[in-house]
Amino acid sequence: MFLGFVTAGGVVLLVLIFLILAVLIAQSEPAFRAFGLEFLVGTRWDVTRQVYGVIPFVAGTLITSGIALLLGLPLALGAAIFLTTQAPVAFRGPLGTVIDLLAAIPSVVYGFWGLLVLAPFMRTTADPALQRYLGWTGAFGGTATGTGVLTAGVVLAIMVIPTISAISRETLAAVPASQREAALSLGATSWETTRVASLPYARAGIFGATVLGLGRALGETMAVTMTIGNHDAVPTSLFSQGQSIASLIANELVNNTGPLQYSAIIEAGLILLMISLLVNVGARLLLWRVTGSVGSEAPR
Amino acid sequence: MMARHLRRKLWSHALTALMGLCVIVVLIPFASIVYEAASIGGPVLSPTLFTAGLPAPCSPVNGVVCPVGGIGPALQGTLILIGLAALISVPIGLAAAIVASEYRGRFLGLAISFVADVLTGLPSIIAGVFIYAYFVIYYPSIVYSTITGALALSVIMIPIVTRTTEVALRTVPQELREAALALGIPKWRTTLQIVVATALPAILTGILLAVMRASGEAAPLLFTAFGSRLGFTGLTNPIEALPLMIYNFAESGWHNWIQLAWAGALVLILLILVTSLLSRWTIQRMVRRMRGG
Repeated sequence: MFLGFVTAGGVVLLVLIFLILAVLIAQSEPAFRAFGLEFLVGTRWDVTRQVYGVIPFVAGTLITSGIALLLGLPLALGAAIFLTTQAPVAFRGPLGTVIDLLAAIPSVVYGFWGLLVLAPFMRTTADPALQRYLGWTGAFGGTATGTGVLTAGVVLAIMVIPTISAISRETLAAVPASQREAALSLGATSWETTRVASLPYARAGIFGATVLGLGRALGETMAVTMTIGNHDAVPTSLFSQGQSIASLIANELVNNTGPLQYSAIIEAGLILLMISLLVNVGARLLLWRVTGSVGSEAPR
Repeated sequence: MMARHLRRKLWSHALTALMGLCVIVVLIPFASIVYEAASIGGPVLSPTLFTAGLPAPCSPVNGVVCPVGGIGPALQGTLILIGLAALISVPIGLAAAIVASEYRGRFLGLAISFVADVLTGLPSIIAGVFIYAYFVIYYPSIVYSTITGALALSVIMIPIVTRTTEVALRTVPQELREAALALGIPKWRTTLQIVVATALPAILTGILLAVMRASGEAAPLLFTAFGSRLGFTGLTNPIEALPLMIYNFAESGWHNWIQLAWAGALVLILLILVTSLLSRWTIQRMVRRMRGG
């Protein structure tokens, strides 16, 4: 009786993932029929001509997530190393807790802040400075309107930092003290100790944490929808307004212009699901192997 | 020789300072969010904020005084949605976790652990798309309703409850199970009265975490709960939620709506920070007790 009940609960969980996949696959069939593999390489999302390609949104998703990791990883890692090895012991716990709590702030609040505080700052201060000093790279062309892939990427960076930092701190704290003491006793400075004793030991855990952060950035909806500018085209510069797969769904699923666009949006969602399942399975396997546990106890 | 030593020392100090700077940079956005929410939303915090209805849109032009209104319908909607989602997800999550932890070694147990882990990384908007697409096919008349909103949130909550409960059950010492079984107590009673009872504080913490996460979600509600200025008008009607209200009001451009959105954000942040700190404290206390300290 009891075993039957709990087994039923377990089965519901297992069925859930297959049901999600089945529903999305069934609903994306019309788009798949119409465009086949063209959908995966198409660079145009044209509502009037009813031609749909997913590349603008895959590009928007990957560019914003890439910016998030590029900015977020060094900051998260720097903070994690400082808080595990350098900070006064009394500060370590409280400061770490504060950074972990950042993960619990709802994404719509980050988006709200990004739209009303960060975007104006980007338009008036950060974007002109970038254009002036890094304009030669060609990545900062066009007019900066405040919202765009760069602003969305910065908000995502702020959001992945707590995820990466929490698990990195956990793995760095798990480095045996004897490892560090050995390096210190050989006369290594505190940075050299971190470099030769801590980082190699914690490398796999940090990598797993980064992939988990990437997973969070790829699927993030509200913060990106509110800051990316919502423009259905491949970004040509970091100031371009764009669209991620998640923001496409948020903006156009309900306001779709017909069954074909509806189906194409669901197929884009299926691609997002596949990408994030892949990234998450990868991260979990890595973390499972390294620590025997996973960082899912931390509030997100 | 001396110069080289000095250079290494300086390099180490410089990097340490840089990493300390990282901590400060990481905390700047947090400080800014809290400052904005408190300075704009703070002034309208009052008991009526929690009960009054959503106001008509208004910006103060030519000395017009805007009605402040309140977040009553949004707060009510969030509480109803979360309550229903918890009713659905907690039994399923607990059952799945018990299989995964107490009936390990079976293929089912391993599969549950893994699937729950993977599902915690499910983009929250996909939960909304899934429920929306399912109801569009089978029950198109109630696509935008309290029911679909609660279901979408439970898709997010089930894996979190499962994972945290499973971890909690595993911290229960094996000796307790063996002692109970040795006394001839059947496995199901051992599980419920010894294992689950011992891990109860941590299980409740896990449920709290899931509730906290779901109460901040807007994405899965965009095309399920959908939002309604009226608050709750029946299970088959659309319903407002706090994160949805923040999203809609933030992009509206109206002065009093934006102020209310900040107030809503402040309430949400405070709610979540308090529950988060509370759950951390419970976990720490439980871990200490398990270690016999």
